[in-house]
Amino acid sequence: MKIFVDRQLCENHGQCAIAAPDVFRMNAEGILEYDENVDDSLLADVEDAQDACPVQAIFIQDQP
Amino acid sequence: MTRKIVIVGGSMGGLRAAEQLRASGWTETITIIGTEPHLPYNRPPLSKELLENPGTVDAALDSVRFRHRGSVADVEWRLGTEVISADLANNSLTLASGEAVSYDGLVIATGLRPRRLPLPGPLRGRHVLRTIEDAVELHQELREGTRVAVIGAGFIGCETAATATKLGCKVTLLEGTSGPMQRALGEELSAGIRDYLVGQGINYHGHARVSGLLSAENGKDDESRCSGIVLDDGTEIRADVIIESVGSIPNVEWLEGNDVDITNGVLCDEHLRVVGTDNAVAVGDIARFPDLRNRSGARRIEHWSIPGDTAKIAAKALIAKLNGTALPEPAVPLPSFWSNQFDLKIQGVGSPNLATRIVELEGSAKTPQDGVVMGYYQDDALVAVVSVDLPADRQLHYRQLVKDRHSGLPQQDSQLQAI
Repeated sequence: MKIFVDRQLCENHGQCAIAAPDVFRMNAEGILEYDENVDDSLLADVEDAQDACPVQAIFIQDQP
Repeated sequence: MTRKIVIVGGSMGGLRAAEQLRASGWTETITIIGTEPHLPYNRPPLSKELLENPGTVDAALDSVRFRHRGSVADVEWRLGTEVISADLANNSLTLASGEAVSYDGLVIATGLRPRRLPLPGPLRGRHVLRTIEDAVELHQELREGTRVAVIGAGFIGCETAATATKLGCKVTLLEGTSGPMQRALGEELSAGIRDYLVGQGINYHGHARVSGLLSAENGKDDESRCSGIVLDDGTEIRADVIIESVGSIPNVEWLEGNDVDITNGVLCDEHLRVVGTDNAVAVGDIARFPDLRNRSGARRIEHWSIPGDTAKIAAKALIAKLNGTALPEPAVPLPSFWSNQFDLKIQGVGSPNLATRIVELEGSAKTPQDGVVMGYYQDDALVAVVSVDLPADRQLHYRQLVKDRHSGLPQQDSQLQAI
């Protein structure tokens, strides 16, 4: 699946990095970095990250 | 025959419950009954960006509606529908229409409603902020130069006051204690944020007790419209718009008459199973459940992260009961919360209200706008951290310390000193 984070919405809360640390990380400046192409086996984690995002900025494209 | 789980409550908690029931393997029927006419939407923007610029109700809804997982596409939604009573012993609900709805499993997710001030007097110009309609209606009254009195300086009151100020209103913020968000943040940080809010142009009144409402003068304007408030010391504060942000009341009345404790939300065990029932669970800020992390007894938590966290635990417990499978160890939620007020980005993790001691870990509580980190200790265990304008990677670091109930005060601790 492909992941997309809307940077206009993202406020770098970091909740996604707690829910799905294999996909989302906060760098040393506190800015989100993430993998755009993610193995389908991580769907549950990514959905948790979507839920946990306070500004609902995470989108899954080509959802399995 | 296929079995049915009914979720009462069509907001975030209801949606999360449905998603988690599916994620935990429930393939049979799910029905969600909610009083609001809309599918679930995200409420935090209602006091912030959405209040600043909502557009129409439909446009506002489009901007905040929750996306649904594919797994809940077959859930039956009964929106604009109120459950008025429940017979938990006989697995039956009664709707306002008189229709009876039976269930095999029940999820209670009816949430909260705003508490209203018990003040007689004019009705027009008085607002609360809970629904999308509330936000759109309030926005229409927040014009340049409008005098606004916000009663109650919790998170919603402070955010609303900040937004109204940004829109050009002259805002008075009133609070019964001395400081804004004091119960949530402690005295020192509350005082620093109060000074910051005053610096942004908000007229702040602490220790204020509202004793009455003023109405527009006879003949000059509509008598049914508020024109201000009176404090118990006789002070009159003129206001065209009054916003009541004085806390919330759990929507539990429909559960009356059953052998369950609904004195402050719905009493649950650590699996979110409603005490006194065997096939009902509660989700979200209506659930009063034991705090296993801090051993502090059962309490409700009104933070945004709680519906999702409790839904995961409750869904597993309900399915274990209905399918006769083993009950997994419950997860232990770690609350997190945030608030944006002007340029302040306040973020917290844990339970600050359990603190017996509050320590500045970084920066100064006096100048939150320059960044500050406060540590909340229950005896010598770190139970919460609240920060202002702290980058997310550092927040994750502190979150881990709270999760570990890190012991040792900062001055004795090399790890904290090194931060």
